[in-house]
Parts: sequence; C-alpha cells; structure tokens
Amino acid sequence: MEFTLPAIKIGAIAPELILVCSAAGLMMLDAFAKERGKTLLPILSIVGLALAMVASLKLWGKSEVTFAGMVAVDSYRVFFNIIFIIGALLTVLLSMNYTPREEIDRGEYYVLVLLATVGMMVMAAGTDLIMIFLGLELLSISVYVLAGFARGQLKSNEAALKYFLLGAFASGFLLYGMALVYGAVGSTNLAMIAETLATPHLPARVLLMVGVGLLVVGFGFKVAIVPFHMWTPDVYEGAPTSITAFMAVGVKAAAFAGFARVFIGALGALHPDWTMVLWVLAVATMTVGNLAAITQSNIKRMLAYSSIAHAGYVLVGMVAGNEVGRASMLFYLLAYTFMQAGAFGVVIMLGQKGEPRLNITDYAGVGHKYPLIGVAMAIFMFSLGGIPPTAGFVGKFYLFGAAIKAGYVWLVILGVINSAISIYYYLRVTVVMYMHEEGEEVLAVSRAPAVALALILTSVATLGLGIFPSWIWEPVQKTVNLLLG
Amino acid sequence: MELIDYLPIFILLIIAVLFVGGTILVSHMVGRRKYGKEKMSPYESGMIPVGDARRRFSVKFYVVAILFVIFDIEVVFMYPWAVIFKKLGVFGFVEMMIFIAILLVGFIYIWKKGALEWA
Amino acid sequence: MVSVEHYLILSGILFAIGVIGVLTRRNAIIVFMCIELMLNAVNLSFVAFARHFNDMSGHIFVFMIMTVAAAEAAVGLAIILAIFRNRETVDVDEINIMKW
Repeated sequence: MEFTLPAIKIGAIAPELILVCSAAGLMMLDAFAKERGKTLLPILSIVGLALAMVASLKLWGKSEVTFAGMVAVDSYRVFFNIIFIIGALLTVLLSMNYTPREEIDRGEYYVLVLLATVGMMVMAAGTDLIMIFLGLELLSISVYVLAGFARGQLKSNEAALKYFLLGAFASGFLLYGMALVYGAVGSTNLAMIAETLATPHLPARVLLMVGVGLLVVGFGFKVAIVPFHMWTPDVYEGAPTSITAFMAVGVKAAAFAGFARVFIGALGALHPDWTMVLWVLAVATMTVGNLAAITQSNIKRMLAYSSIAHAGYVLVGMVAGNEVGRASMLFYLLAYTFMQAGAFGVVIMLGQKGEPRLNITDYAGVGHKYPLIGVAMAIFMFSLGGIPPTAGFVGKFYLFGAAIKAGYVWLVILGVINSAISIYYYLRVTVVMYMHEEGEEVLAVSRAPAVALALILTSVATLGLGIFPSWIWEPVQKTVNLLLG
Repeated sequence: MELIDYLPIFILLIIAVLFVGGTILVSHMVGRRKYGKEKMSPYESGMIPVGDARRRFSVKFYVVAILFVIFDIEVVFMYPWAVIFKKLGVFGFVEMMIFIAILLVGFIYIWKKGALEWA
Repeated sequence: MVSVEHYLILSGILFAIGVIGVLTRRNAIIVFMCIELMLNAVNLSFVAFARHFNDMSGHIFVFMIMTVAAAEAAVGLAIILAIFRNRETVDVDEINIMKW
C-alpha cells in the first residue's frame, strides 16, 4: 500500500509546541529544583504563555489548513488563542499569591494550567472531530486534577469527583454523537462533513440527527447550558478560586470554540434543524442561570450561576448564526474573560487563609475601606450586568443586534428581560460593598501584588473594551470566516 | 461473511456448555460430600492461608496500577508505527523518538517524585 | 450476514447499559466503570463504521479514545482515592457537602 506523508508545517502549531515544551520544562524544574528554584515556576509559565502569544499573533490573517486537514491556520483560531492565553495569564497572576496561601503551591499546578491551555488551543485549531475530541480531553483531564488540587479539603475533593464523573459522562455522549455523525457522513473531517451535507441527498438522516442531538448534549455539558448545568455551581464552589476563574473563562471559551466550529462550520447546512433546539436552550440557560443566581448567598455560587447565564447570552449569537453573530460571540467571550476573571480576583483578594469569606454579606463596607477594590468590583459587576460604558454592555449589544438581524426578535426580548433581572443580583454586591456598614470583625486584605496587577489589567480592559469597542470589533469581524479544512 | 459460516463456532459453544454442565451435574449426583475446616479453607498451592482475603490493600498498589495503565497504553501507538516502520523511514523514527521523549519526561518526573519507591 | 447494523445495535445496547449504570449506581468506582463501558460502546461503533466505509480515520479515533480513557482512568482513580482518604467512602450520595 502506497501512502504519502501529510504536509508538516511546524510553524502552524508553534504556539502549542511552545506551551508543551514549557510544560515539560516546568515538570523537570519541579522535579529537580530546590525550594528556591520553584519560585521560578509561575514566572516561567508567564514567559511561556507570552511566547505562545507572539507565535499565535504571527499566524494572524492566514487562511490555510495543514497536517492533512487536521489543523486550521486562521484568524478565528488566533483570536481564540488570544482569549485562552489571556485567561491563562490571569489565572497564573491570580494563583501566585493564592496557592501559597492555601498551601497548594505544588509545581504540577502550573504544568497543568499550561497543558489545559494547549488543550483549548487544539480545540480551537482542530478541523477534524479527532482533534476537537483530543483537545477537549487534554483540557478536561488537566482541569479535573486542578479542581481537586486542594486535596486535603473535602469541598475540593467533591468538586473534582463531580466534575470528573459528569465530565467523563458528557464525553461519552459527545463521542457517541461523533461516531454517529461519522457513520452518517463517512468522514471525521469537518470540511468533508460540510461538503457531504451540502448535497441534497442524505443517506442516513436519522443517524445524523441522533448524532447531532448527542453532540448538543456533549458540548452542552462542557459549556454548562441548561439542562446540562447541574455540576457547575458545586464544581465552581469547591474548586480553588483561581481554578474556578480558569474554568469560567478558559474552559467555557474553548468549549464554545469547538461548538461553533462544529455546528456553524461543519453542520451549517443543518442550521434550520438545530437552531430551534439551541433557541430553547439559550432561553432556558439565561432564565435558569439568572433566577438561580438571585437566591445565592455564596459569591462563588452566584458567579457560577452567572456564568451559566452568560453561556446563554453567547448561545444567542450562535442561534443567530450569521457573520455578525459569530463575531459578537468572539467579542463577548473576550469581554467575559476580563470581567469574570476580575470578579474572581476580587474574591481571592478579600479572602484569607482558612477564611475564604465567600458570603456576600462579608463584603459589607469593602467599598469604603478599600476604595480601589470596591471600584474594580463595581466595574466587573456593572459589566457582567451589562451596564454601559463597560465591555459587557457592548458585547450584549452586538449579540442581541446580530439576533435581531437574523430575525429572532423574541429571543432578544427574552434576553433583554434576563439581562435586566441579572442587574439586581450584580448590583446587590455593589450595594453591600458601599451601603452596608462594616461588620464587627476587621476585614483584612491579603498583600497580593500579582492579584492587584491582574485586577488593574482586567478593570482597565473591561472599561477599555466598553469605551473603545471598535479597536477589537474591527479585527474580530475579520475572524468570522470559519476555515474547515 | 454469511451467518452460516459461524455455525461451527455455534456447535462448539453448544458442546462446551453441554460438556461442562454435564460433568458438574454428574459429579454433583454421584459424588460423596464431606465438609471440614480444611476443605472449606481457600486453596492456594497448599499454603496455609494467612488472614482474611477481604482486607484492604495498601494504596501503593493503586499507584503502581495507575502508572502501569498510563505507560502501558502508549504501546497502542507503537504497533501501527512498527508495521510500516520501513516505509516511514527516518521521519517515522524521529517522530517516535519525540513521542518517547515526551513519555520519558513523565517517567523521570514520577521517578524523581518518588512514586516508584515502594517504601 | 453480520452487517454494520448488528454492530450498531450491540453498541447502542452497551451504551444504554452504561448510561443506566451511571444513573442508578451509587459507588463512584462502578459509576466510572459504566462510563468506560459507554466509551467502549462508542469504540465498537467507530470500528464498525470504519470497516463499513473502509476508512482509516475511525480506527485512529479508537486508538485516541483508548488512550484518553486510560488517562481518564488514572486521574479518576486518583480523585476517588483522595476522597476515600478524607471521607472513608466512595458512595456518591454521601459525597454531598455542597448540594447537587
């Protein structure tokens, strides 16, 4: 049997290679270095992430497929890489003071963060179901471990177990969906799938529809859309807070990267079939997320439900399915990365060793005592609630605008109502911080220069995206062309 | 392949079931039974049993088992590689060396971390 | 003749057994074994389709799923072990300090 080697272009996977090498280097450093050398771990991971960012940006504007139709080199991928790297950088910054405080500063932590980031990148780059699956699993397995990283704490154990069992369960559905789509179409390559579906004659429609349904379930678990969201609040509450931030921003964005590439790209011809399902799921996700968030008293649980609601907003862009919809999804995910990571940064900043202070009432008087933290949290809360002039407002404006353009007026009306509901619980945090009297106990803030840096970066970015959205919106519109392979 | 081609296997299955079932049944009917302490104890090559079989095992067995599973499964990629090794030439050799180097990093890591030490 | 449909039906049955096991069993290890059963049911479908189409990508997918399943098994067992050390139980109903 004759065969030819596929095209190998090392440059096309340079960001992934850099991160894998950094992760391997960090592992060796962790194994061989003495205590002092281990303080280098976060700094080296920042260097690795920065190099990967440079390598990603070099791929901007290209439009090709390499490695035998497995890897796309397009701006869509680059934009997602930027989101993932920013998410990972913020996570490292948030962890630098947090992990020693919680006594979980083992070297594997940063290795796993880097490997999870590689998984996200593979997901965004993959133009074959195999690649998307591998990326997803590399990401998920790393995050299962990270969620249970505080192995002495029962809550962290429990979060890891729930995330692991439900995540693996969801992977099973996703895989079965992939198998049935493969069976109906005869290829795992996204371009081939799109090509086959474009022809009017479909041999195995039932198989295909069941497969697509299972794919919705699998991806739905990963991005936490209702009714596949049950794990989210528990896992977000139990995991170490820095990892919760990582899950909320990076994992969700990565799952959406794969979701959109498969559904809008490969299964675009079936848009009329899956769009109604996603319409219903989007409304359910927004509504359940927001209503459940209102009743929460624990800030991490509240942010978990809020992240569910935000997945619903992003789904609106997917339902719209047009070019503006895709662009607004990307813009919103970037904006969401900053505001959500920032909000978790404040949670880390206000916590103490052995005293996480996760109850919202614990924040009484923070606004007066620590004006800068108060202002930062207010910016994040306004942005999450969608109040101008913040990134969250602009993002929702684009998302809903895209849906109106595509004719989904009712979806937008329900989305706006939901947005209004959400303002109640986001503002409550601000009200508690500024209007309530400080409690009996003296509220101390940990000295955490890295977290402070992260807070400054995220609040500036949240405001910046809100005031000058076109700086990102213009380039983002060039990324909407989904390359398939 | 037609279903009829599986007929010999089916016949073998029937014979096997009948033979095994028959022997058990016959020995059950004609054999004499005498129970004693020795007879009811587990048989392990004539050794005298020590303790209960249902005690907890040391966690070290788990660690070894987990490590075994991970490193064992990598061989699945080496089989297809070995089959067309000659056709792949130097390229295939280098690729596999990179793959093994990555595994080696993991191996050195667990070694240095002491996961392989029994004590 | 054993056609691709037969394999698909078998795979569907195995997958359903796995799903029912995950939903009804309470021991974390058994739940995990049921998930592995689901993955293997998927493997069977992939191999059957790959043979049906005479296409290699299905076989390669199975290799990847096997590797990932091994990695998942390692991580999963480690997580269950960590829980057992702290709680002395692997019953998923008892592991609920946070409400589901």
